[in-house]
Amino acid sequence: MINRMAALGLGAISFISAQATAQLKVVATTPDLASVAREIGGDRVNVVALAKPTEDPHFVDAKPSFIVILNRADALVEGGAELELGWLPPLLENSRNSKVAAGAPGRIVASEGIRLLEIPTSFDRSKGDIHSLGNPHYMIDPAAAKVVARNIATHFAALDPKNAAAYNANLARFNSRIDAKLADWQKQLAPYRGAKIVTYHRDFIYFAQRFGLSIVDELEPKPGIAPSPAHLAQVIGEMKRDNVKVILVQPFQNRKTAETVARQTGATVIDAPQQPGAARNTSSYFDNMDNLVHSIADELGEKK
Amino acid sequence: MYIKQTFSALALLVCSALPAMSGAQVPVPKSKQDSIARADSIARADSIALVKQLEKELGAQNADTSAAPSRAQGPAATGSYMNIGFVALTDAGWSTAHDIGKIERGDHDPKVNGFTIPNAEISLDGNVDPYFKGFSNIVLKIDSAGNSGIELEEAYGLTTSLPWNLQLKFGQFFAEFGRQNPQHPHSWAFIDAPLVLTRMFGPDGLRSQGVRLSWLLPTPFYTEALVAVMNATGETATSFRSPESSDIHGGVIDDRPVSNGFSDLLIVPRLNTSFDLTETQTVVLGVSGAFGPNNSGPSATTQIYGADLYWKWKAATAQAGFPFLSLQTEAMWRHYDAAQRLAKDELLVTLPSEVLKDRGAYAQVLWGIKPRIVAGLRGEFEHGNPGSFATDLRGDQTRWSPNLTWYPTEFSRVGVQYNYDNRKAIGTDHSLWLQLQFLIGAHAAHKF
Repeated sequence: MINRMAALGLGAISFISAQATAQLKVVATTPDLASVAREIGGDRVNVVALAKPTEDPHFVDAKPSFIVILNRADALVEGGAELELGWLPPLLENSRNSKVAAGAPGRIVASEGIRLLEIPTSFDRSKGDIHSLGNPHYMIDPAAAKVVARNIATHFAALDPKNAAAYNANLARFNSRIDAKLADWQKQLAPYRGAKIVTYHRDFIYFAQRFGLSIVDELEPKPGIAPSPAHLAQVIGEMKRDNVKVILVQPFQNRKTAETVARQTGATVIDAPQQPGAARNTSSYFDNMDNLVHSIADELGEKK
Repeated sequence: MYIKQTFSALALLVCSALPAMSGAQVPVPKSKQDSIARADSIARADSIALVKQLEKELGAQNADTSAAPSRAQGPAATGSYMNIGFVALTDAGWSTAHDIGKIERGDHDPKVNGFTIPNAEISLDGNVDPYFKGFSNIVLKIDSAGNSGIELEEAYGLTTSLPWNLQLKFGQFFAEFGRQNPQHPHSWAFIDAPLVLTRMFGPDGLRSQGVRLSWLLPTPFYTEALVAVMNATGETATSFRSPESSDIHGGVIDDRPVSNGFSDLLIVPRLNTSFDLTETQTVVLGVSGAFGPNNSGPSATTQIYGADLYWKWKAATAQAGFPFLSLQTEAMWRHYDAAQRLAKDELLVTLPSEVLKDRGAYAQVLWGIKPRIVAGLRGEFEHGNPGSFATDLRGDQTRWSPNLTWYPTEFSRVGVQYNYDNRKAIGTDHSLWLQLQFLIGAHAAHKF
């Protein structure tokens, strides 16, 4: 923990003070986007993530230190789809950096070109905290990560044309690694196609779609709304009926609530962080996806 | 504008094309790398020269500090060109004070036994064009007599692309003095304004028409220097040339047009800095000042100084931002140089020239116990030196306020607050206030 703190601190300091280096200074809102940016940029970029790996990306504090980081940045990678709506706008407003202003080549909206799911037909907050552009938790679909990588490579090439060939080569390598890994991950989860799971928030829908899992329900009655006893009772009933044996939670979600439901249903709560760095030895997007797929496949295998 | 964008795009195209011509697609032998690097630097220098030449040809009025236009398409646009939000504070409660308005002095504080809506705010904001953002807050409120009122609380433009890390705000806005003055009531942690704020800045906070220049310093940590130049006249310039200033200095108002040039304006400087103490702890420190004329005499002035601190810890695995612990404190000092003046309430009495000194502070601790539940405690005091006349506005007072707030979501909040007020020579009072807030429309992001 302390090592990671020191690493983050030093990273931010070298980012802010690196005046004369030729590296592109890249800010990513979340660690998963930062990891893909590192894959594409290699040693030609210096990447800093704003949100912590264990932090809910919807609820990041708009700390003044982030203003400084954004002020000195050549590029910003944001998840888009209103993921950072609650905290990024005031930071950008005060960062006064036209390089990362909306529409600038340095502003990389990672979700561009991704077919987002659950785009609401009407805006109604009685349905919970819905995002008008669709569900923003797409990064754990490796196919979406490829689109993100392409977006990043395109913008890096425009910002740093001298190294365009290198960015494109890194993109090609990233894509082939994703293809190979995706085949491996699909193979690991293939025996559990159609397996029923429960999640805390609606943040695994892209993963479930990609790997053929079936999400029976969420512990939250509606997106962003705290679980109520009545809703949990309903979920417990559904889990018993459908023999659901797995509940996925991220580090910032209420594990106690999930464990209560698990006790009632004989299910197991799986730590399923979506951000690299949250689990041990998962510094990259690939490590984290490996970890995610392993833990889910292992648990589904145990319960089979 | 269009021409400039076309040229910017052209420049970008040239920039990207030049290095591409060197064709570094395949692994390059080490011996060739140097010459390629040289070619690259020549290409880059050429493209910079071209941009400079184009800038020169387009003339200084078109020198563009904003970004080149995007060549990528964003996700399908939703919404409109303007964010529209509406926040209402609905209050209810009871106080043992017979003069509630004297202890709840803020315009958006609960001031009546029973029910009230002290603040219903329409907020509008959006990008004006690539160079400006626009903001406006129009406040409707029901006063203690039950009458509806309306005020243009804020209406300002903000630059987005000034060079040298500068930013200009112009229009009507809250002075960036301390931490709470520029905040809107729905983002306050307590149901009412701290005593020291209403003492120094009156019921509506310090806001006026003017300009504010801000500079983000090139330091490795966040440091922002701001200075506002504003009108010193008007009912929201309490402590300066307000029509209600007799309540402070006891004399007849020296009502004259603004004629002394710069010295008739209100100057509000501020220095704000912040550090991340650890991965989970951040501190923000600020010092502010407000200097301007007052209307006790033709050349009388007021100086207000302030210091503020905010510290917050938030767990690394916080759920919806909880748990957290925060401390916010502000202290203020006022030197009100009252000129020799005719007493307002007593005929033929002249009040002597004197310095009215006031000070006060509050400190509030918030504990986000578990998701959506916050417990708070605020302690505060205010003090004024004896003047040659008596006024309610300069008495000594202390207050303790525990509160508990539940946020069903980010869009609603239910709070309960108890106030223990102790006024010197008047006595103690107890008040219990409830508040329900709701927000519809655009979701304003949270500043730290």
